[in-house]
Order: sequence, then C-alpha cells, then structure tokens
Amino acid sequence: MAISDKKHNLPDNRLERVPEYGCAPTGSTAQMRLADTWECNPGWRGWFSTVDHKTIGLRYLVTAFIFLLIGGIEALIMRAQLSLPDQTLLTPEQYNQLFTMHGITMIFLYALPILSGFSNYLWPLLLGSRDMAFPRLNALSYWIFLFAGVFMYASFPLGQAPNAGWFNYVPFSGPVYNTGPNIDVFALGMVLLGISTTVGAVNFIVTLFKMRAPGMTINRVPILVWGTLTASVANLITIPAVSLAFLLLWLDRQVGTQFFDVANGGKPLLWQHLFWIFGHPWVYAIVLPAMGIVSDALPTFCRRPLVGYTAVALATMATMMFGFVVWVHHMFATGLPTVSLSIFGAASMAISIPSAVAVFAWIATIWLGRPVFKTPFLFFAGFVILFVIGGLSGVMVAAVSLNWQLNETYFIVAHLHYVLLGINVFPVIGGIYYWFPKFTGRMMNEKLGKWSFWVMFVGFNAAFFPMHIAGLLGMPRRIYTYSSHMGWDSVNMITSIGSFIFAIGILIFLVNVMISLKRGVLAGSNPWDAATLEWSISSPPPAYNFAVIPVIASRHPLWENRLNESSERSSLSEGYLLTTGHETIGTSPIDAKPQVILKMPGDSYTPFFAGLFVSLLFVGLLFHWWTFTGVMTAACCVTLILWMWPRQSLVQRAVSNAGHSSQNNSEKI
Amino acid sequence: MNLFDHNRSLPIGSDAKLSTGWWGVLALIVTESALFAYLLFTYFYLSAQTEQQWPPEGLPSLTMPVINTIILLASSVSVWASEHYIRLKQIRWSIGLMALSIILGISFVLIQLIEWHKKPYGLTSDLYGSLYFTITGFHMCHVVIGIAVLLLLLVWLSLGYFDDRRHAAVTIGGMYWHFVDVVWLFVFATLYLFPYSDSV
Ligand code: HEM
Ligand SMILES: [Cu+2]
Repeated sequence: MAISDKKHNLPDNRLERVPEYGCAPTGSTAQMRLADTWECNPGWRGWFSTVDHKTIGLRYLVTAFIFLLIGGIEALIMRAQLSLPDQTLLTPEQYNQLFTMHGITMIFLYALPILSGFSNYLWPLLLGSRDMAFPRLNALSYWIFLFAGVFMYASFPLGQAPNAGWFNYVPFSGPVYNTGPNIDVFALGMVLLGISTTVGAVNFIVTLFKMRAPGMTINRVPILVWGTLTASVANLITIPAVSLAFLLLWLDRQVGTQFFDVANGGKPLLWQHLFWIFGHPWVYAIVLPAMGIVSDALPTFCRRPLVGYTAVALATMATMMFGFVVWVHHMFATGLPTVSLSIFGAASMAISIPSAVAVFAWIATIWLGRPVFKTPFLFFAGFVILFVIGGLSGVMVAAVSLNWQLNETYFIVAHLHYVLLGINVFPVIGGIYYWFPKFTGRMMNEKLGKWSFWVMFVGFNAAFFPMHIAGLLGMPRRIYTYSSHMGWDSVNMITSIGSFIFAIGILIFLVNVMISLKRGVLAGSNPWDAATLEWSISSPPPAYNFAVIPVIASRHPLWENRLNESSERSSLSEGYLLTTGHETIGTSPIDAKPQVILKMPGDSYTPFFAGLFVSLLFVGLLFHWWTFTGVMTAACCVTLILWMWPRQSLVQRAVSNAGHSSQNNSEKI
Repeated sequence: MNLFDHNRSLPIGSDAKLSTGWWGVLALIVTESALFAYLLFTYFYLSAQTEQQWPPEGLPSLTMPVINTIILLASSVSVWASEHYIRLKQIRWSIGLMALSIILGISFVLIQLIEWHKKPYGLTSDLYGSLYFTITGFHMCHVVIGIAVLLLLLVWLSLGYFDDRRHAAVTIGGMYWHFVDVVWLFVFATLYLFPYSDSV
C-alpha cells in the first residue's frame, strides 16, 4: 500500500476523503449496506419516485414498444385498404391521419425512445457506474416522453389527428388549409417531446464524460456508447430547430404571426429548412445507437472482438458530421439553385463511405470469427443485409436526377422502411433477445426466437421489396387508393400480405417474451459468455449495480485472460466501495482518472410533478386556457425550485461548523 | 493496480467545476445557443428575401439599446465578482453584488419593455414585427428566468448555504447568466446593427 499524500492540517472529512478501497462479496456488510441504501421505495410511492436508471430504461423500452405496436396496427389498416384497388375501407381523410400518425409514432415515439431505453438501462452497466449523471433528469425525461405521446394521440379518437404527414409541410399545415386542432396537437406535442429528448441528451453526454469507471479511457468505451453519444450531441444541436419550427407554426396558427404566410412575405421553404436541419440528423440519431447495439453484441456471437473498433467509432461520428450538412437532399425538388443541389447531392453520397466502413467491419467480424447461430445473431446478420439494400437505394435517391424521378413515389417508402426497419427494428429486437437475460434473469426461448426471426425477415422483404417496383411503376406515396388500370394491383397485394406476415413475426416475438418471462431458463450472470462489464454482475443487476466500482484495463474486461492482449487485467472484485450513502465515482473526461466522489440523489417525486405540470402547461396552451397555463407555469417553477434547492446530503452546501454528526440528517424536500 | 493511486483523497459532492451540474449547464448552453442560432437564421433567411420596408420604421434608434446592452454586460461583471468574493470568503460582498446584478437585470427588462412599447408595429402586424417580437421575446424569457435564478442564488447566499469550498450553484447559475448576456450581443447585432449595413 502506498502512503497517502494527505496534508498535515486535517481536511474536513465531509468535504474530502480517501474513498475506501476493497472487496464486497455477496453477504458482506458493505454489500448489505449498499443494498439498503440503493433499494427504492416499495409500492406505488416507489413507482412514482424512482430514479433508478434500470427501471427508467425498462419503462422506456416497454412504452416505446407499445408505440411500435400502435404504429404497426395503423400500418396494417393502411395495408388492408391498399391491398386491392378502389377499396373504401378508409376515407381519404382517415388515410391521411393514419399515415401521419404512423409516421409520427414510428419516428418520434418509437425509434428514438426505444434506443434511449437500451442506453438508459445499459450505460451505467457498460461504464461501471452506479447511475446516470442526472438520475432525476432521467426520470423527468421519461415522464415527459410518456405525456407527450399521450398528448399527440389525444385528438386521434375524435377523428382529428394530425394529417399533414410527419414532416408537416406548410402551407397545407398552416392556418388557412388546416383549421381543426389536428396540427396544433402535433405542434405543441413536438415541442413538449423536444424537452424530453433534450434533457435525455444532456444526461447521456455528461454521463459519458464524468461517470466512467476508473481506467475506462475514452478509447475503451463500447460502440453503443459512441452511437448514443453521437446521437445525443446531434439532438442537442438540432432539436431546437424543429422545436422552433413547430412553435413558429403554432404562433402562425393561433396567435397570428406571419412566418410562413406567403401572402405577407413569409416563406414556406423556411419550414422545410428548419425541419430538415433537424430531420436528417435525427434519422442518424435513430440508427447510430442501433448500429452500436450490433457492434457490441455481434462480436459475442462471433467469439472475437469487433474488427476495426477505432474505424467504427470514427465512422459513427463521421456519419453525423456529414449528417449535419445534407438536409437539403430532402428538398431537391423544390427549385433550389443547381449548385447547391450538386453540393448537397455529393455530400449525401459521401455519407455512404463511413456507413460502408461499419458494414465491412461487421462482415469481417463474422468472417474472421466462429459464428454461433443463436437468435440474436440472426437478427444482427439480417440487419447487415437489410442495411446494404437500404443503403443502395439511398445512394440512388441521393443522385439528384434520380431523385427527381423517384421523389414522392413508393420507391421512397421502400427505401425508408428498409433503412428504418433494417437498421432500427431488427437490431432492437435482436438487442432485446440479447439483453433479455440481463433485464429479467431468464433466457428467451430459442426455437420461438428462430421462428420469429425468419417470419419477420421473410415478411419484411415480401412487404417492402415490391414497393421499390411500385415506385418505379409510378405509384405515388400517400394515396389512399388507386385504380386497377394503373397496373399496381399485384405489387400491392404482395406488399399487404408481406406486411401481415411481418406482423405475425412480431406476434411470435411477443409470445416468446410472455412465455420466457415466466418459464425461461434461468440465465446466470453471463449466459452468452460475453466480454463487456454488464455481464460481470448478476442478472437482473442489484439496485446499486456494482458492489465495488471496477477498475478497467481493456475494452473486453471479461475476455482478458483469453485474448491476452496485454499483461494488464481489469479489477472487477476489488475497487472503490463508496458505501456512505448514494455515492459513485466521477472521473476525468478522457483518461478516466478518479476525480471526485459524487453524491447521487435518491428517490424523488419532483421529476414526476415537474413533468406533469409542464405537460399540463401545454394542454393549457392547446385550449387557450391562459390562466390555467399561468398556474401551471408557476407550479413548474415551484417544483423546479424544490428540485434545485441545495442540500447538505448532496454536499451542495457549505458544511456547517455546528456538529459534525448532523451531516446525515439529510432533509427530504 | 497501478493505473492510479487509490489512496488519494478526493473531494466529495458538488465541487464547482468537478460537479456534474457544471457540465450540465454547459450542455444546456450548447442547445440554447443552437436555438438562438436558428432564430437568427430565420431572421436572415426571411429578411434576405423580403420586399417589404425593413425594418418598417426605418433604421432603429441606437441610444437606448446601447445603454441597455451596457447595463446587461455590467450585470454579468457583477455576477462574476459575486462569485469571486465567495472564494475570497467575503460573503457580504458577494450578497451585495448579487443583489446589484439583479437590479441591473430588472433595469434591462424595464428598458426593454419601454422599447417594445415604442414600436409602431406588433407581433402580428407584419413579418418584421413577428420576427422582432419573437426574437426579443425569446431573449426576454431567458432574462426573466435568469433573474429568477439570480434571486434564488441571493436567497441561498443570504441563508449562508455557500462558502469558499461549496458554491457550485453560484458557478452554474452565473454561467447561465453570462450566456444570456452573450446571446444578447448577437440579438442586438442582428436586430439593431445589421440594418445599418445595407445603408452604408
Ligand atoms: C409492419 C410494419 C410496417 C408497415 C406495414 C408499414 C407500412 C407503411 C405504409 C403503408 C405507409 C404509408 C405509405 C404512403 O401512403 O405513403 C408507411 C409510411 C411510413 N412509415 Fe411505415 N410501416 C411499417 C413500419 C414502420 C416503421 C417501423 C417505421 C419507422 C421506424 C415506419 C416509418 C414510416 C414513415 C416515416 C412513413 C411515412 C409517413 C408519411 O408519409 O408521412 N414504418 N408505412
Ligand atoms: Cu436525409
């Protein structure tokens, strides 16, 4: 043991101390103390007040998945309508609302939130921390997401759901052509959801830079972390664009401003710019973390580390860098100058380079490894195939000339579903198969798993590949029916059948989840014999995650002996104990040297109420209840003040000289 | 393990720039800066294409806005000084300076309200009015929130919550106030100075 370099004048041990270092095996007093401290309140109180990232992560996953099912049902109704020509199952207006709500649900309420679910659950486990940097903000982010989802669906039962497509172009969505509440619900809902996404992004970014276990230098974090980090940075920078766009639109509609009002000098194209400045990076935000899931989980089934870690990490960030500057490719057909079209077209094609790097890394990993064909592997391999097809059609539509031909046809619908389902839904389902044992302590059924994969894979291609052809045959998107003279009958029939087969695949997956929750084989801590930290602790993990904060020496802490890349070994059973209240270690941003003992907040009702009041504030705006809105604003402020009130227990305040012993009388505000 | 010396003593809790809150406010500033960037983008995008008289009242008068800008910058200096005095363990000075910052902040708001009142157009009268009042309105909201934050800091300082070793809230709240002030420089340059560039 080295001799500590403590100064002679005794430091106040409430302001600084040498954190205890040692082991805490199961049953030890240290471990029991941790369990006591971190356990959340039982019953409904715990339900509303918990800030445990694992609970919040699971809530995100379940809620987002329910939105996937809702959006899926909407899609099936549309496909039923389109299966035959000249059907009257839906009116044109109903069809408009359905494709709009389907798009909104899938893009905003499913695709990112489900990835936030994975990241919330996994990040602290992957990084060797006891929670996220801002546990309460995490809870707030979930509540607002939930309320925003409900908000955006509120007008659906009344037959007045948003109906201008998910990108909601003016002037159609403006006050002149769209007089009902439809668009206001969407506009305010998006601003509300933006708050949730933004605070979530802040949380991820700070967590990455402050909360990694000692020794986990920046080049040792899993790719999922890179993916979510990149997505979060992008969200931080681009969400304001879309929130602003929707707010201005709402002002135009309800207050009488003139931003998009052509008659008075407003510009509809302003909407398109603001929307796509956000929209394109968003598309990457909903795929990069999913690609991260594959990069981290696929190697487990190839029994070797990912080929080209650094290249993949850099490619992740490069994709986003390009992603910021290509938004105009959504506006090729709007009459912008040719020079800008060429530049943006070229930049859009260049994006395929970093994507190709990632694809080659996965293929090489499979190639050089010894693949084990378990269900998650099938989903990840299927993902690679779909990614390649979606990427190819993407490069095609990035060419300005082809774009003019294909814009607004089913070719685009095919492309976007290959990309979104291929790069998001397949990795997500694969990820659930992979981490289900960690979430629940039980394995999912392999046989049903393989069935669900093949049914989904076949159904998916049957549904969406023919859409390319429909597009080439000239079928426009967003039409509620077509005449059989157009020659689109058979492609549409195949597509509809494929859609229902895909849905059956999802159903098999759900049945599998239900059965496995009750009767799955017990998993143990590391059922896949994987390499990363989350598998070093029990399944499901204890409330405090790590009994000792591990010390990390490589990218594959659990495979070190096998790979023998260097003589250094991570220390998983000996490390900082930190058992004095809710504590974890804060480390330096790049090289993860311990810097500070962070005091973490415990359960709290403030996030729930803050979320509730903000959401009600938006309800007030929607109905023009100005007094109510004012009261809710005040309620929000009070909640936030209580939240921020500096506490002794978090050592946010000066330590009073009166009585050393009073430090544990943490006030509960 | 010799990756690091685990016998080193570490600070506990919210220690100024080691705190997560400090990083959090930096992230908040990034996203808020982006928000203002898009607001100003909107202004430039629309003004570049307009055929209207821009601004409607002709070139804006600069006297009051310049004075107001100076007031706001002065408040930033005094917030900075207030934090500085905590570190020097002179809490009284710190409290006084914080109160001064709040008074300066409120003066800015009042002068800005008078400016608003003097405008011949409103939020809904024409495109310029929509832009002017939305942009300055956004900034005004931030100032009001900032003043509320400073008021809280004042209360907490007076309650003796902070000393030279634990005052992260002041560092963080102060940073937010500096941001609000810096953003004003961009808003000011866009709405008040930029129109002059056409006339030279
Ligand atoms: C069972 C699976 C799915 C089926 C059968 C399906 C089907 C459809 C159909 C029929 C449309 C309307 C096309 C039109 O009339 O223009 C559509 C649009 C769309 N879908 Fe899906 N979809 C599915 C899953 C998804 C998923 C998982 C996502 C995203 C993650 C997604 C995102 C979209 C988007 C963004 C649109 C465009 C909406 C708009 O035009 O505003 N879909 N889909
Ligand atoms: Cu794009």
